[in-house]
Amino acid sequence: MNGLAVSYSVEMNGIVKRFGRVLANDHATFAARPGEIHALLGENGAGKSTLMSILSGLYRPEAGEIRLYGRPVPLQSPKDASALGIGMVYQNFRLVPTLTAVENLVLGERGFRWLGRSWRREKEEEIGGLLDQFGLYFPADRPIWQLSLGEQQRVEIVKVLYRGADIIVLDEPTSVLTPREAADLFRALHQMKAAGKTVILTTHKLKEVMAWADRITVMRKGRTVRTMETRETDEKELARLMVGRDVMLAGAAPRTAPGEVLLRVRDVEVIGEHGRPALQGLNLEVRRGEIVGVAGVAGNGQRELAECLTGLRPWNRGTVEFEGESLSPRLSAKDMITRGIGHIPEDRMKTGLAGKLSVLDNLLLKSYRSRECSPCGLLFLRRWERRMEGLIHQFDVKTPSLHTAVQQLSGGNQQKLLFAREIEQHPHLLIAVHPAQGLDVGVTEAVYRILMDLRNEGTGILLISEDLDEVMHLSDRILMMCAGRIKGEFTRDRSDRETIGLLMAGVSPGEEAAV
Amino acid sequence: MDVIAQLLTAAVAEGTPLLLAALGCLLSERAGIINLGAEGMMLVGAVSASLVAAEGGSVPAAMICGILAGALLGLLHAFTCVTLRANQIVSGLAITLFGTGLSAYLGKPIAGTPLAGSIPVVNLSFLAPVPAIGPVFAHLDVLVWASIALAVLLQIYVDKTSWGLNLRALGDSPATADVMGIDVGRSRYAHVIVGSMLVGLAGAYLIFSVAPSWIEGMTAGRGWIAVALVIFARWNPVRALAGAYLFGGLDALGFRIQLMGTQTPSYFLKMMPYVLTVVVLMVLGLRSRRGAPHMPLSLGSAYVREERF
Repeated sequence: MNGLAVSYSVEMNGIVKRFGRVLANDHATFAARPGEIHALLGENGAGKSTLMSILSGLYRPEAGEIRLYGRPVPLQSPKDASALGIGMVYQNFRLVPTLTAVENLVLGERGFRWLGRSWRREKEEEIGGLLDQFGLYFPADRPIWQLSLGEQQRVEIVKVLYRGADIIVLDEPTSVLTPREAADLFRALHQMKAAGKTVILTTHKLKEVMAWADRITVMRKGRTVRTMETRETDEKELARLMVGRDVMLAGAAPRTAPGEVLLRVRDVEVIGEHGRPALQGLNLEVRRGEIVGVAGVAGNGQRELAECLTGLRPWNRGTVEFEGESLSPRLSAKDMITRGIGHIPEDRMKTGLAGKLSVLDNLLLKSYRSRECSPCGLLFLRRWERRMEGLIHQFDVKTPSLHTAVQQLSGGNQQKLLFAREIEQHPHLLIAVHPAQGLDVGVTEAVYRILMDLRNEGTGILLISEDLDEVMHLSDRILMMCAGRIKGEFTRDRSDRETIGLLMAGVSPGEEAAV
Repeated sequence: MDVIAQLLTAAVAEGTPLLLAALGCLLSERAGIINLGAEGMMLVGAVSASLVAAEGGSVPAAMICGILAGALLGLLHAFTCVTLRANQIVSGLAITLFGTGLSAYLGKPIAGTPLAGSIPVVNLSFLAPVPAIGPVFAHLDVLVWASIALAVLLQIYVDKTSWGLNLRALGDSPATADVMGIDVGRSRYAHVIVGSMLVGLAGAYLIFSVAPSWIEGMTAGRGWIAVALVIFARWNPVRALAGAYLFGGLDALGFRIQLMGTQTPSYFLKMMPYVLTVVVLMVLGLRSRRGAPHMPLSLGSAYVREERF
């Protein structure tokens, strides 16, 4: 490291990039120094990923200039960027699933090589050295599709280092990681920073930024708003800069008196994906006009619980009563929809929305069967356009038109669209799984407000989330789920973060709540 | 020569054009481009070779002409699928229809005219006394041996070289290949064109081995069997070698049964390659439930760099 801290390794000036009619980067300006962790902070759709994809040569800007170490460089392709020492770790990993980690690393190397046994040994040694230096470990000889997401990400990072990158760009690196894996990642990034590399990461998670970044650039609506030292700012200011106004997370609203019991689950047992029981004698109740939060570490039966209640998975023992009526375990998803159970699924693009269909089609996915919507089986889309126009306006879904494919919307707009569809059905009970996962502060605020409004109108909500803050923030009652059972119940007033945290970790605290 | 040896000889003779065409399709499919134009490419390759031979051209010249004809159609296929990003299935079918029509038109003047020339035979007379397989391998032509070597070399190319590694990446994840500095477009062009050359050669070979004159539609579905063979072999060159002789043997057996005068079983045997392919597909489908991918993952999809996911 030379002592010239002011010299920039990366400078991007006046970058403009359009996707169709959407202006993704509007004269964005960005600069980073060697030996720092620089966070590019912004909401989903603020243009962070686009800006970084331009730096990595994947997208070509319409205007603007990129300088590396003070010299203007033409970036025509990922190859150019890689040759100039820029390495990008994409959010959707760029790994060939059928090849091993080592094979993925050497992909595209110049010239002809014989990939024999001695070559393999030599490469494994070379890569092993990198792994030790930065504390990143993964099995090098198994195909990628067998590795966990955290391991795959480490392969990605090592790939970039292996190619001799000095400027390392990570796009939303922690979105797929558990908190522990995230901490490991940041330790590795710290090592790279100490080795004089420029580390740039995009994120919308304020806590991470405050804990690990040296400097922060905030982006909003394609523009870079401000760059500052981390120690000179705080979470509140960052949130304001990101959203453009003060953020108030709904949830403080007083609890209305809940109504009669809506859903009663008794001793339910369910076999999970791997043939073992995922729910073992689960009991819970949801009343009208209350939010019941289910907290717990993922993989303790939360997914199966949601699937049971939405007709996606039968239960083999126990009873489920909904609105006083006992439900058969073999009811289909359609039966559950007609009974008034709404569903915000865990993975919105997998089970919530059909990515290639338009906004309008997706809004009609649950109501198209109704006689009102399709008399004699014919769908009159025109008639629905105006009404749906009103709906997306009400839920503030930003889309170029009703006929845009849903996969082109940002994650936040997709989630709002999903809520719009579910709430248009006037559900009596809403099963919401990780409703704010991967969303930025602004959309999270909107989602929380939707949930609170729904509760106040008398809908019962079962909120399943791994985010303890979220559960504490929204729920009237909190249930701790562990190994397919409810391990404890807390009201919001009594609830004590530490007790819940201990329960989540599997430790029984002194005053164990009655089950 | 006993019956078994005769049958084996016929299996190798019938299997060689299948093998050449299948290896060609396999190359392009490993790069992610389906080649359903094989039937058309074989026909155009065959007619080009016969035209050269009818004009008094030598056998090598005829072969080279067949290869070039395949290359031209391959270039067309690559242009529509890679540059224009058109649907690969539609493009392939169009090439088959186009090739069928074009070959019939070009071959009209020479249809049925006997053509001189044959492919040189590699004489391994010392093998002849070996029981059963000896007579089969004693007098095979150069292209049979070349196609066997080609299958083995392709297997080594795919599995053991850095170029093959790039090819596997290209077929499974072109987006990754692009980011890793592999020129997706150029590499796909190269593999499609070289692959199509082999398919053209397979057509030209028919002229000098199976039928010594041009007859309209003379490939008789061999291009389609090659497409099925690639799937049967699970995109693996050496397995394609075994599969080609199996399919060739079934065809030869069908012919022989037909000679004995019974009709139905010969059609049954002609159908077998496709039945076997469907069975392999079913087995693969059941197996892939356990997670391991079994075919080039990007097969059939165009690559667009700036597409948003």
